[in-house]
Amino acid sequence: MKTQGQGQSKRKQLHHPLSPHSNPFDILTEEIVCNILDHLHDDPFATKSFSLTCKSFYFIESRHRRILKPLRPDLLPRTFHRYPFVSHLDLSLCPRVDDPTLNDLSSTWKATLRSINLSRSRFFTNAGLSSLFINCSGLVEVDLCNATHLTDLAASAIAEAKNLERLSLARCKLITDMGIGCIAVGCRKLKSLCLKWCLRVGDLGVQLIALKCKQIRSLDLSYLPITEKCLKSVIRLQHLEDLILEGCHGIDDDGLSTLEQSQSCKSLKMLNLSNCQNVTHTGLSALINGTEQLQQIILAYGSSVSQKILKVTSDLAKCLLTYSKLQSIKLDGCIITWSGIKAMASLDAPFKELSFSKCLGLTDDGLSFLVQSQKDLRKLDITCCRKITYNSIDSVTSSCTSLTSLRMESCSLVPKEAFVLIGERCPFLEELDVTDNEIDDEGLKSISRCSKLSILKLGICSNISDEGLAKFGSCCPLLKELDLYRSIAISDAGIAAIADGCPALEMINIAYNDKITDNSLISLSKCRMLKALEIRGCLGVSSIGLSAIAVGCKQLTVLDIKKCFNIHDNGMLLLAQFSQNLKQINLSYCSVTDVGLVALASLSRLQNMTILHLAGLTPNGLAAALLACRALTKVKLHASFRPLLSQSILGHMEAHGCVFHWRHKAFQKEMDPKGWKLHFGRSSSEVP
Amino acid sequence: MDHKDRFANFSAQNPQKWEDPSVLDYSSRIEPPLQGNPGAQIKFPDPLNELLQASKLQDWDPAAMLNNLSFLEQKIHHLRGLVHSIVGRRDRVSGQAQPYGLVAQQQQLVTADLTSIIVQLISTAGGLLPYVKHTPSTQSATSPSLGQFQPQNGGGGSGGSGVSELQNSVDVSTNEEHESKDEEDGEELGENLFPGTYEILQLEKEEILAPHTHFCTICGKGFKRDANLRMHMRGHGDEYKTPAALAKPNKESSSEPALIKRYSCPFTGCKRNKDHKKFQPLKTILCVKNHYKRTHCDKRYTCSRCNTKKFSVIADLKTHEKHCGKDKWLCSCGTTFSRKDKLFGHIALFQGHTPAIPLDDTKGSTGICDPGDSSEAVNKVGNMDMFNFSSSVDVKGSIDDPAGCFSPLNFETCNFGGFHEIPRQPFDDSESSLAFLLSGSCSYTDKSGED
Repeated sequence: MKTQGQGQSKRKQLHHPLSPHSNPFDILTEEIVCNILDHLHDDPFATKSFSLTCKSFYFIESRHRRILKPLRPDLLPRTFHRYPFVSHLDLSLCPRVDDPTLNDLSSTWKATLRSINLSRSRFFTNAGLSSLFINCSGLVEVDLCNATHLTDLAASAIAEAKNLERLSLARCKLITDMGIGCIAVGCRKLKSLCLKWCLRVGDLGVQLIALKCKQIRSLDLSYLPITEKCLKSVIRLQHLEDLILEGCHGIDDDGLSTLEQSQSCKSLKMLNLSNCQNVTHTGLSALINGTEQLQQIILAYGSSVSQKILKVTSDLAKCLLTYSKLQSIKLDGCIITWSGIKAMASLDAPFKELSFSKCLGLTDDGLSFLVQSQKDLRKLDITCCRKITYNSIDSVTSSCTSLTSLRMESCSLVPKEAFVLIGERCPFLEELDVTDNEIDDEGLKSISRCSKLSILKLGICSNISDEGLAKFGSCCPLLKELDLYRSIAISDAGIAAIADGCPALEMINIAYNDKITDNSLISLSKCRMLKALEIRGCLGVSSIGLSAIAVGCKQLTVLDIKKCFNIHDNGMLLLAQFSQNLKQINLSYCSVTDVGLVALASLSRLQNMTILHLAGLTPNGLAAALLACRALTKVKLHASFRPLLSQSILGHMEAHGCVFHWRHKAFQKEMDPKGWKLHFGRSSSEVP
Repeated sequence: MDHKDRFANFSAQNPQKWEDPSVLDYSSRIEPPLQGNPGAQIKFPDPLNELLQASKLQDWDPAAMLNNLSFLEQKIHHLRGLVHSIVGRRDRVSGQAQPYGLVAQQQQLVTADLTSIIVQLISTAGGLLPYVKHTPSTQSATSPSLGQFQPQNGGGGSGGSGVSELQNSVDVSTNEEHESKDEEDGEELGENLFPGTYEILQLEKEEILAPHTHFCTICGKGFKRDANLRMHMRGHGDEYKTPAALAKPNKESSSEPALIKRYSCPFTGCKRNKDHKKFQPLKTILCVKNHYKRTHCDKRYTCSRCNTKKFSVIADLKTHEKHCGKDKWLCSCGTTFSRKDKLFGHIALFQGHTPAIPLDDTKGSTGICDPGDSSEAVNKVGNMDMFNFSSSVDVKGSIDDPAGCFSPLNFETCNFGGFHEIPRQPFDDSESSLAFLLSGSCSYTDKSGED
């Protein structure tokens, strides 16, 4: 929120500062009050409580409010009068925004509106957009992602926004070159444009954008059927910094080699060529020739053809040789050769970020050789590099001591001793992903030295027990995210230690852990910041535990209790009463009936429900719940309900912007149909 | 028979040539008829003659020529692929004895393809001949643009002699107006004739605009063409039926080195007028006629379809009418274009002009796509089987989950099995609204998947 002065900075009521009947808060100047308001971010209910304090606070808050994110579009008219100075309007919680709504809001906030987000909204047409852009000429930022219904007419409406600087049209699949041409001519001040998945936009449209909008800094052309023809114009943009060409299969080496060598994009800082299967190092070097500022380059997933990239990584590295400002390279999914690693190591650039996720050829020798000169490395991703062992971790941790993020999911050859090294040598770690590794309590205890750790993923680490968790919980108070998915050795004691030691916890996943009971949830209810809780398949959990969560964690927004067979309607009743922030819930296989579901429907923010195989659910109960739930945008239901619900109800829901996903999944009686425990049989003996 | 029909037959004989890039399939389908009676299938001379005859009736149409050339190009490309695969297969089975029959079949196949390419090449060249014939005077001139098409009579090549025969047999009963237009256009490219090396003739306005240039000396009837006059003359008596009388009058005189003739426009101040500083002469009388009408006369012929475009040469109107109504690319200034790239070039050039979107917006909904300009990218794209529509990929259409909104694969928190799958981004496009764009590539993928 911005502290833009509103002209009058002193309160008028200052003349009776000490009289007993006056409001004590009147002593505060409006400036101070506004400053206080600016700091009320963390708690979504804080501003609400603030404005309910007294009339003057209400008044100040309503004048001060710049950002508005309405829950439902039908609430919008009431805000018009209350908040006259809204400049940033986020309608992402309103699935239905029709033309009259756009019309009204644009005439209300004519002068103030600067930014609007319509990325999750539907039902508006070019007519509504046209009035929006004509009224609110000051609009600078517009997000129209996912507007798959918009046509070129809408694009020509967008072209009215002469001051537009940031525009996102991702997935606007009906907009063609013609529409983009209108935007190019109309919105000359564009700085950032996203055309991802606008499949009908080709060379001509992009070319015109590059010709007309000279201010462009960031251009996302992912998955467009474009060729080098438009790139010729694009690389002439004087200010272009970010260029994203993900999945542009029409761009190939031959084409790129025709780019004029003299013309290059001097200002380019980030280039993303992921999934460009026909671009190898020759094309890349043609494209980035002369871009001295290049900082980040992403070449992930070259796939079949561009295995050439990988096999000649030495050539690739050579073509990067001159870019001294390069900080980040992502080579996810490539095949790294030894010569390539050597050439990369010889680059001058001090890397801050390296990503080798799923790189097949990455070996101990290679990684060790590469990192020994990279003292400044901050982020390293070696997910699924299955050849690396203790040696790699040893050299990474000894060279890159300022590492803040290490992702090493499924590095199956890394022994448990290696994780001790991580804790000992990388004290600045903030994010660690050791999902599906051999890490044990000793390793976790060592990692607890990283006191800044905020994200820890320990999924499928069956060697972790309460002991390690307890030590960790006592040392890392900043933890925000913890993943314990199928870490089957943990129990209530471990969770309790985490809940005690990590008050900032926002997300926890303890799915499929048999030893977890209600006690875990009761301890977790102390974490007041908890926003996402996943307890899928925890058979020991019942409505009692869930109720504790509902009462304690008021900010809960995402809840997954699939296959918690012991959760009944009672849990739902308390959720409905207390979890006013709940947006998403998965109830599949629970013992919830119509009663629970209807109660749940009273949650005004609930948008997303997955309700498969609820034994006690009847079509009537479902219909009642659906109709009561005003904010729903997505419901996953079993296909057997489709004929049982009346068409008019479905039609009504769809008109409100709700999308139904019908699933045919068969009922799974078994808890572990895929035999996970067998597969990871390391600790199967511990499971009763 | 028409050229186009001819080509249609060619492609109809083996349609898989165009569609199926798999050479193995191709050869296996083609082989059986060849095994039966290869000679009957190839029949080199017959199609050639047919083609040569066909070209007699054909006037030179540059568009058709372009078609032919690109057809040939594709054919050669296919043939190359075929031969390439044969080479490849030979390498693979180098150790084993290759069945003789297979080799022979392959040779026949290649021969057949080569033959048809040659036939079409000659026929394409034949299409040019009336044009060459019409300007015999340029034979001695240093005109590089025409020189390459002129058959050298003395040239020893068998193809050359065939062509020269053809040249004699071709009757100039073509649409002269169309032809001359092309000539005039060709001249724009610049002709390196020095002043004084040619004779300048200037016709008067009335002469230019006269409907007939050839008049019967007996009855006074006027004709546009000399040939028609000669046909007419036959009715006046047997003496006009002799071969000498029916022969082209200037046939004999063409052998003597005459001074090249060039024409001047009678309109003073015109660049085509001989008094102009940068005088550019006109090549033929027809050029003069068309130039004069186009530049200095009223545009009397209005297009009956659009009622806006006007022309002074009726052939221009006819050309326009062929395309009128197809100009779907519209600029805000009211100018229409038949091609999208032309519109975008126009918009790039002028400030303030913008593409005009028709209000009914049929383009968006019906999915008209200009095949001309996007086909290249689409073809490129199509060859890569990138569009993975397979339903096994879990396309998350969630609009509630911003992080995972577009993530193509639903990786659970842990990820084992999916390691070897390189996450391809499928297009999250269930509405098939873009099927037109991708249909080719999809069918291609399916086919190759079956193999």
